[in-house]
Amino acid sequence: MAKHRIAIIAALALGIAACGGADAADSTASDPAGEVLVSAAASLTDAFADIEAAFEATHPKVDVILNLGGSSSLREQILEGAPVDVFASANASNVARVVDEGLVAGTPQVFARNLLQIAVPSGNPAGITGLEDFDREDLLIGLCAEAVPCGAFARQALENAQVTAAIDTNEPDVRALLTKIEAGELDAGITYVTDVASTGGGVDGIDVPIDVNAAAEYPIATLVDAPNPGAAAAFVAFVISDEGRSILESHGFGTP
Amino acid sequence: MSISTPERRRVRSRPPVFLVILGILGLAIFVIPFVGLLARVPWSDLPELLTSDIVVDALRLSLLTSIAATALAAVLGVPLAWLMARVEFPGRAIVRGIVTLPLVLPPVVGGAALLFALGRRGLVGEPLYEATGLVLPFSTWGVVIASTFVAMPFLVITVEGALRNLDQRYEGAASTLGASKWTVLRRVTLPMIGPSLLAGLVLTWARAFGEFGATITFAGNLQGRTQTMPLAVFVALESDRDTAVAISLVMVVVSLVVLIALRERWWKAL
Repeated sequence: MAKHRIAIIAALALGIAACGGADAADSTASDPAGEVLVSAAASLTDAFADIEAAFEATHPKVDVILNLGGSSSLREQILEGAPVDVFASANASNVARVVDEGLVAGTPQVFARNLLQIAVPSGNPAGITGLEDFDREDLLIGLCAEAVPCGAFARQALENAQVTAAIDTNEPDVRALLTKIEAGELDAGITYVTDVASTGGGVDGIDVPIDVNAAAEYPIATLVDAPNPGAAAAFVAFVISDEGRSILESHGFGTP
Repeated sequence: MSISTPERRRVRSRPPVFLVILGILGLAIFVIPFVGLLARVPWSDLPELLTSDIVVDALRLSLLTSIAATALAAVLGVPLAWLMARVEFPGRAIVRGIVTLPLVLPPVVGGAALLFALGRRGLVGEPLYEATGLVLPFSTWGVVIASTFVAMPFLVITVEGALRNLDQRYEGAASTLGASKWTVLRRVTLPMIGPSLLAGLVLTWARAFGEFGATITFAGNLQGRTQTMPLAVFVALESDRDTAVAISLVMVVVSLVVLIALRERWWKAL
């Protein structure tokens, strides 16, 4: 498990080396400094941008670097040795793999919850009413790929609703899916409530009934090999603090 | 002559050491990743992995779409190259720039541009959809178009360069002897640029065969319809490492065999 993601790791390492700033060696949880690399699920893009800004405002010596992507890609980068400090995943299984490899410091904590919602282009031109429409061959339907949490949860919800979806594309992450729905190129897809909210009206959301909905739990963990463990601990503490929680809630997440 | 010959021979037999070192380092940049890939290949499971539905579908689709893209590039690209090489028209420099743009642009940008232009709600795509019901994204045709977009510049550039370097007196002589313009093109021009045309076609095919970013952005990812080999590798990397490595191996072998075999042929043709 070591070599073929080297390009990504090298790119991340170069990114860190190029940024400079305060020295991580002097960084502690009570007085963090330097850079902290946070790998976060794509569905956290907007919420973590706000959390980054708020955290840096109270911790001026710290520079948070967000590495956003599909949770499974982020997991692979960590397993291949990327110098990541904090991992915030959109499901438990990706973090569990990292725990199994002995790479997580302490215990991952659930910091947010998310529900699935059907996303349709603004105005719902295809007249989608619910998951039952997902078996229609005449519609263009997209899901996240099965390896990505939003894809796994979507399939679970479809199974719960006993619908065999006529899928036209399996997108690599939730943002790629959302972009194609917002552009009107797909008639419907299954994303998170928070993703629908993030487009500010670019897509319309249709609720998935709670009895078939699959709720995503987002765990956050600091990593054993974190280059900046002090700042990593401070960042995690901030995410689960009242302030972090209210930022997450303002983006539509549920919090524990 | 009698003095210079042995001198020349000595120079040829002993290349400068620093050139050799740098040259070998240069080669290592190409070779080392493939050695790393080979080290990961699960050889004993290979037959089973390579006959799985996902791999067979992806290989079939990749061969089909890359050949279709090359054919489309030949039909449209050669005339474009001819116009750029032979006809003075205003804005020719701009046209040259536009034609080479896909070479430097990140393919995902190309894919997004294609989506906004040719998608169901796109500038061209919407009237097309309303007139014919044709939807290009998420279809195999979408893959062909995305591949043509990123790969055709190789053909246009190679053929245009060859046409510009061509001694036009042969074509002049043929028309003086009464050959029609079409005959001159078919019997004189095209045969004379044959090796360059073939080189351009091979490069175009190879680029189309390896195309990823524009395809996933414009055509999506569905097994058997739009999931080509590079997309299958990308998806498998996160769920099934052995399959990803096996598909990568097939891509390397197929590309290498084609490139080496055809390279031999150009040298013979020259």
